[in-house]
Amino acid sequence: MISQFFILSSKGDPLIYKDFRGDSGGLDVAELFYRKLTGLSGDESPVVMFQDDRHFIHIRHSGLYLVATTSENVSPFSLLELLSRLATLLGDYCGSLSEGTISRNVALVYELLDEVLDYGYVQTTSTEMLRNFIQTEAVVSKPFSLFDLSSVGLFGAETQQSKVAPSSAASRPVLSSRSDQSQKNEVFLDVVERLSVLIASDGSPLKVDVQGELRLKSFLPSGSEMRIGLTEEFCVGKSELRGYGPGIRVDEVSFHSSVNLDEFESHRILRLQPHQGELTVMRYQLSDDLPSPLPFRLFPSVQWDRGSGRLQVYLKLRCDLPPKSQAVNIRLHLPLPRGVVRWTFPAYQDPPATGLPPQPLCWGWALQASPLNSPGTHAPASRFASLGWLSGPVATPTPTSGYATLATARPMSFGSEAPQTRTWQQRKKASKWEEDNIFFLGVLAYGSGCRQRTPES
Amino acid sequence: MPYLGSEDVVKELKKALCNPHIQADRLRYRNVIQRVIRHMTQGLDMSCVFMEMVKASATVDIVQKKLVYLYMCTYAPLKPDLALLAINTLCKDCSDPNPMVRGLALRSMCSLRMPGVQEYIQQPILNGLRDKASYVRRVAVLGCAKMHNLHGDSEVDGALVNELYSLLRDQDPIVVVNCLRSLEEILKYEGGVVINKPIAHHLLNRMSKLDQWGQAEVLNYLLRYQPHSEEELFDILNLLDSFLKSSSPGVVTGATKLFLILAKKFPHVQTDVLVRVKGPLLAACSSESRELCFVALCHVRQILHSLPGHFSSHYKKFFCSYWEPHYIKLQKVEVLCELVNDENVQQVLEELQGYCTDVSIDFAQAAIFAIGGIARTYTDQCVQILTELLGLRQEHITTVVLQTFRDLVWLCPQCTEAVCQALLSCEENIQDSEGKQALIWLLGVHGERIPNAPYVLEDFVESVKSETFPAVKMELLTALLRLFLSRPAECQDMLGRLLYYCIEEEKDMAVRDRGLFYYRLLLLGIDEVKQILCSPKSDPSLGLLEDQPERPVNSWASDFNTLVPVYGKAHWATIFKRQGTEQCGPELPRTASFAPSGHLISEENKERVQELPDTEALMLIPNCQLTAEYFEKTWLSLKVAHQQVLPWQGEVHPDTLQMALQVVNIQTIAMSRVGARPWKAYLSAQDATGCLFLTELLLEPKNSEMQISVKQSETRTEILSSFVSVLETVIGTIGNMKS
Repeated sequence: MISQFFILSSKGDPLIYKDFRGDSGGLDVAELFYRKLTGLSGDESPVVMFQDDRHFIHIRHSGLYLVATTSENVSPFSLLELLSRLATLLGDYCGSLSEGTISRNVALVYELLDEVLDYGYVQTTSTEMLRNFIQTEAVVSKPFSLFDLSSVGLFGAETQQSKVAPSSAASRPVLSSRSDQSQKNEVFLDVVERLSVLIASDGSPLKVDVQGELRLKSFLPSGSEMRIGLTEEFCVGKSELRGYGPGIRVDEVSFHSSVNLDEFESHRILRLQPHQGELTVMRYQLSDDLPSPLPFRLFPSVQWDRGSGRLQVYLKLRCDLPPKSQAVNIRLHLPLPRGVVRWTFPAYQDPPATGLPPQPLCWGWALQASPLNSPGTHAPASRFASLGWLSGPVATPTPTSGYATLATARPMSFGSEAPQTRTWQQRKKASKWEEDNIFFLGVLAYGSGCRQRTPES
Repeated sequence: MPYLGSEDVVKELKKALCNPHIQADRLRYRNVIQRVIRHMTQGLDMSCVFMEMVKASATVDIVQKKLVYLYMCTYAPLKPDLALLAINTLCKDCSDPNPMVRGLALRSMCSLRMPGVQEYIQQPILNGLRDKASYVRRVAVLGCAKMHNLHGDSEVDGALVNELYSLLRDQDPIVVVNCLRSLEEILKYEGGVVINKPIAHHLLNRMSKLDQWGQAEVLNYLLRYQPHSEEELFDILNLLDSFLKSSSPGVVTGATKLFLILAKKFPHVQTDVLVRVKGPLLAACSSESRELCFVALCHVRQILHSLPGHFSSHYKKFFCSYWEPHYIKLQKVEVLCELVNDENVQQVLEELQGYCTDVSIDFAQAAIFAIGGIARTYTDQCVQILTELLGLRQEHITTVVLQTFRDLVWLCPQCTEAVCQALLSCEENIQDSEGKQALIWLLGVHGERIPNAPYVLEDFVESVKSETFPAVKMELLTALLRLFLSRPAECQDMLGRLLYYCIEEEKDMAVRDRGLFYYRLLLLGIDEVKQILCSPKSDPSLGLLEDQPERPVNSWASDFNTLVPVYGKAHWATIFKRQGTEQCGPELPRTASFAPSGHLISEENKERVQELPDTEALMLIPNCQLTAEYFEKTWLSLKVAHQQVLPWQGEVHPDTLQMALQVVNIQTIAMSRVGARPWKAYLSAQDATGCLFLTELLLEPKNSEMQISVKQSETRTEILSSFVSVLETVIGTIGNMKS
């Protein structure tokens, strides 16, 4: 049972506020929540908070706070699940979930909330049932996107990107059929992987953990059956062996409840009838020994000059993605040891960056361009779309704090965003869905985040 | 929150709403209304345009209708007289041929929340309950609850309740669930909706038709159903088995809770269910939603309290990733600390060691404390890691390591040697009070094993004038006096200086008094000082008290899948107290688990307890068994020899208290249930000379204090006082543990 529901922007401005039971008592509940949230001490968790006779339960999604309040001792699992589902629903109906889309579609969001929750009780969250009752159309603005430009090659040549849809193609509302007659019957299937790697000082991975999922966004008419074929060499568990080569192996895999697994054992085919909107078809996990090399390799070297107290950190980052993929938004954070008084960053930046230690003792650099024309590129772009090498900051520990400060250097981290390729298929609208749509795909390494431990000196 | 310029906005919108040109253009009209709604969300008072909005409600445009109704529901309590004007339109809409319009109008009308609306909504609700469209019936059923709550009194309309009970057989699953919710609200003061056998079986059969939200909620209602026979119980469990495999975490945990509660007499079934739910919980722990992950971790900790080895083989799932938020990392460290066993201790410690140098100071310190916790079982490995950490010479690390060492030496005397080795020269890195106190304490108590202890303390004495924390000064006084007893030659001079400073120059009264006390004590002679200051240097039995015993599953089954594990039991208790009587009834902890006394301490520990003389004169004998009758007779025949009041917060955990008393050989004769007010306990003990101590504990929750009355079979004041001090220590420890 929910008393109030509201959506706050990351700065705490209310975008949506709905009081289901009228028991706010004249308080500005949204402000109360934001004040409590920002005033939390370090060891308190923000997920569930208690203030003024009500529990605040919230999730953060795409920079927004989706908050529900209740005065009863409810099931936290169900409530958090509901908030996540609401976030997905709002994303489906508004195209994508962000501060902009919510404030453009206030009427639609209220209408949706009105149908999903009555008196604080969930009525239905199925896209199918809801679409009968939702009358407002989503306001979509087409933001200027660099990805649209990137699909135009040099001198109009066809590029890799022009063969695939722009990454924003999937962020459109599911309900645009009324106005837009030329609605495409599209299906988007994303493979999203999250890698967490701990690398030893000699560059070998110590711990690898991959969490991946297959995300489906369907604009097909509901009830159309879809078959997703995975490669037949897809093995689950450590012992299973299929096919001839090393195959593709995951440790654990779980499917959405609507997926029919009759043909999974024999042919690795998932059958499902997705409703319109987004759906996580499959999740998998993989740890320890990876069957394929990591998308990035890091070659660190640390030199410590006792005399001058200078510490030189050279980091060489190499991207091993296949040439048709690209890594975007690579960010690298290098926590600096305590006691650093000055750092310089000489490599490939003009003028060389230098400065006093930043406050959180952390140094970060975002590589903003695609690897082929990265300013950090040292050598001409190789087949491996090498990131070149970048040399880290030269830190100078204070002479007094001495040797031991080095040992407190904390793990370095870097992350990059997924190459935004999407597998998609387009079909003419058929009165009856006769042909099977089979998508073959291998599990490709996709977003990644690695962390590396600076060598123990 | 009014801000400058808001009046202009309202005026402009008002004008626009009245403009006939805009009214004629559907889209423009709708846009203006949307702007009103947007301002309303931002907190602007838009109630001035109520009249215009009421006019706008008479339209065929359903989007506009929805917006206007939303507006009216928000401001109706402020403008009840104007809102009545809209009733007419709403009533008309309630008989619209389009079920969507009927439902919308009925829902909005019931949500108006203003006095006097009841008489208008009663008939539409009754019509709605018999509507042929399920959409309208759903709205009408919840409308009953809204109407009842608007009345504000507890008068229950019997006919309506019967109608709702019969609607439980409705075709539409959402109507069924709404009926349960509505009945629950209407019958709130009579204990909620009654789930009898036919209703329970009907609901069980309809379960598969419900969506995940309905399933989770019905599972919750089924908790109050008591199966009549064992056979029926297992039939229900078999029927519900598939829900343990549901893909929705809410349904899985709801089903788990139902299993745990229904099978409370079958521990093997409970264990089995917890094994089955392991997979879904672990999946939630690594879920993409960090909030869900956090809640799942809290529940994992709850399960670990009862089944310590439950997640041991999955320890890797609880390793922290660098992108995780702080609160998840802290939970994971706690979980790691609890699931450690012989097989994974090496890996877990390696992982924790990595966290100790984390960027976040809080997290690093939590990791060090966690290693300290593991050190109670795996002492050698942990002490080695902690010693290495001291070598980093980082202030925030050193101070926590020292505190860990202090606690460790007290609980595990076998590691004293290693700790003393590690202590050499780490004093220059501490600035905060806690760390200094820990170091000084260690130097004072174990100074005879640390060669340079007097010199380190001397540095502290030198800088005592600039010391800001009185607690550090007090600790320094005690430590130096203790060290003086074992190494007089090296300490005499500086002890003199310190005492002089404390008595003559110190401004803090507590420190001054402590200084004076020690000074006068020294005047009495060294033997007296020794007798008073040389207390035991360690107390392994305290570890038993600190380690929470394995709690039976039944003690938390009713808290599973609620907010209690998320807040933590202690925090929940304070919230519960603040909420007062608002949440009575089912929220009360209904557990009354009485573990039979005895066998809680291993034989080995019992011996150790005896070896440690608690006080010189008193020696309580173990296994003194008194019958309740004999106790009662003796109790009535004796006079109260000693009475005392101790502070006490919150509830009593009988198991913990009973076990703690057992450690010091005090037997429990009888105790009240948990949550009883006032709470009472009767205790007995016998010393080696045969003197009986009978005790009554009386807890008055409103005064938050524990009253102790002791009766004694022979009048001997010195052993009475030592008995009372033992009792005091135990109760004080338990009290501190909870708070």
